[in-house]
Amino acid sequence: MTAPGPLVELAAARKDYGTVTALDATDLTVVPGELVAVVGPSGSGKSTLLTIMGTLSRPSRGTVRIVGHDLDSLTDRRLSALRATTIGFVFQQFHLPPGPVVDAVADGLLYRGVARRRRRELAERALNRVGLADRVGHHTHQLSGGQKQRVAIARAVLGDPPLLLADEPTGALDSHSGNVVMELLRELHHDGTAVVIITHNQDIAAAVPRRIALRDGRIVHDSAVDVVDVADGVDVADMETLR
Amino acid sequence: MSRTRPARAFGPRPVRRPRSQPRPTRMKAADVLRVGGAGLRTRPTRVLLSALGIALGVAALIAVVGVSASGRENLDRRLDALGTNLLTAAPGKTATGAAAGLPPDAVAMVARIGPVEAVSAIGKTGAKVYRNDRIPPQESGGIGVYAARLDLPATVGTSLAHGTWLNPANEGYPAVVLGPVAAARLGVRAPGPDVQVWLGRRWFTVIGILAPAPLAAELDTAALVGWPEARRDLDFDGNPTTVYTRADNASIADVAAVLGATANPANPNEVEVSRPSDALAAREAADDALNGLLVGLGSVALLVGGVGVANTMVISVLERRAEIGLRRALGATRGHIGTQFLSEALLLSVLGGAGGILLGSAATVGYSTYRHWPAVVPPWAMAGGLVATLVVGVCAGLYPALRAAHLAPTEALAAA
Repeated sequence: MTAPGPLVELAAARKDYGTVTALDATDLTVVPGELVAVVGPSGSGKSTLLTIMGTLSRPSRGTVRIVGHDLDSLTDRRLSALRATTIGFVFQQFHLPPGPVVDAVADGLLYRGVARRRRRELAERALNRVGLADRVGHHTHQLSGGQKQRVAIARAVLGDPPLLLADEPTGALDSHSGNVVMELLRELHHDGTAVVIITHNQDIAAAVPRRIALRDGRIVHDSAVDVVDVADGVDVADMETLR
Repeated sequence: MSRTRPARAFGPRPVRRPRSQPRPTRMKAADVLRVGGAGLRTRPTRVLLSALGIALGVAALIAVVGVSASGRENLDRRLDALGTNLLTAAPGKTATGAAAGLPPDAVAMVARIGPVEAVSAIGKTGAKVYRNDRIPPQESGGIGVYAARLDLPATVGTSLAHGTWLNPANEGYPAVVLGPVAAARLGVRAPGPDVQVWLGRRWFTVIGILAPAPLAAELDTAALVGWPEARRDLDFDGNPTTVYTRADNASIADVAAVLGATANPANPNEVEVSRPSDALAAREAADDALNGLLVGLGSVALLVGGVGVANTMVISVLERRAEIGLRRALGATRGHIGTQFLSEALLLSVLGGAGGILLGSAATVGYSTYRHWPAVVPPWAMAGGLVATLVVGVCAGLYPALRAAHLAPTEALAAA
């Protein structure tokens, strides 16, 4: 074991979809244990940034390193293995399969060669951790939206990944459930997991130590490094919130 | 860039910097099956209908093979019971096309062939038989009147359904044994001292009715009288027309080769030697052509079933892009995804195949029972059916599985 290095390093990363540039000239470092909010209007490249950080897509140009591995040096198989061990995902739409809650959570370790019995044991523990110990025997369709998202979070952190990427985790929830989910993410961060949250919600962003603002595929503000590209015309109101 | 570290109770999770590249794990077989099965469980109706396509194809194949095998088994059992060592020698045509005959001592000569176990003969007379003396002569009912030797039933392997066979005491008197068809045509249900038929311008007493003789079907429509009686009252010339020979099974071909020359040494080429069991087997073999056609149709049905499975799987891949995206996010490799959909297609096919084997076996048993045959479904046919479904499953599942595997994770997640 060596000293903790950055989890995510993007250097001049760029992502093109055909003629459209979704992300451009992006430098970004996320270190272990951080809690980061990524904000920006629709189409600003938030989701592209998340998929690149999550190794779900490769940059068209530039370098991306995840726990020291250069994405370009990894085959798709090794990239998948890296994803399985390093990154947990939480999506707005939960993506829970029909069936028992415990199995849905246990799927979090399906691709890591863990025996089913052990997966289920860990799943029960993870459900306990997200406050759903009493829902172990339920089916996913019997849960409320907030509960579903907590199940999805339990699945994401089942293998104890150092990095958790949450794409609009409260987007489909009412404010109460959203608060519960945010509290849970904060707890995970508190326990040492680096959490990156993509959100439209300014209140959520405001309550997070590090905020990154994207516009037209570029980082226009990063509260950690205080880079502000005023020439790109960041909304003053946005800036107030972000600061 | 970022060096800001928020306050927290515990230190940041130390990240191991792996020296080697991350290594993907192989899914356990049980997990592959479970994940594949879970995909099917969520869409039971569609799965059932697609599996039905495969099932019908396999059932058609199994039923065709099973019914054919049952028929053959039935024939084999009959031949076993009747024996395949019966040879018949009958007069053919002379070189000029006239009907030939066998010499009177043909039976004695054939009996001298070493491996021959039994010899008997019938001789056709010119007489006709009628229900009574009022029937117009031309309505002879297609019944032939033959002189028969006493050892005929034992030699051809038939028995009497009713009454008794000719014996030394009555073979010189007007007594007749009727074949089962002949008896029916003459309206004779049972023999008896007062049951008489009008044969060769005099009354003959019916003393017995034969059971059907599968190896000598000509006896079914025959009226058989004693050899001496035929010579005395029916203008029979004493020349046998058909010589029945039972020979040792191992030497049957040798006996068949010399039978013609032995029965009629003067004109051996005028003797037609045949093995009636071969004719029965050949009739069964003629059905093989039809079976081939049916198997072909069954295969087409199976192929159509396979197309149905492929279609189901393609739709399934389209519908489940979000699930594919999620699984990639959980760390599934392309191989994991491909394996999942391939195993799903295989499970679907095997489900259909198993159903088809049951269905086909049931059809075979049903038809065989109806025909009073022993029901036989050859194990190789069942194994073949299963292999065929596996092949169909792989073929049908390969393209959808590849499509699923090569779906970009971002594209898959965007479909949600």
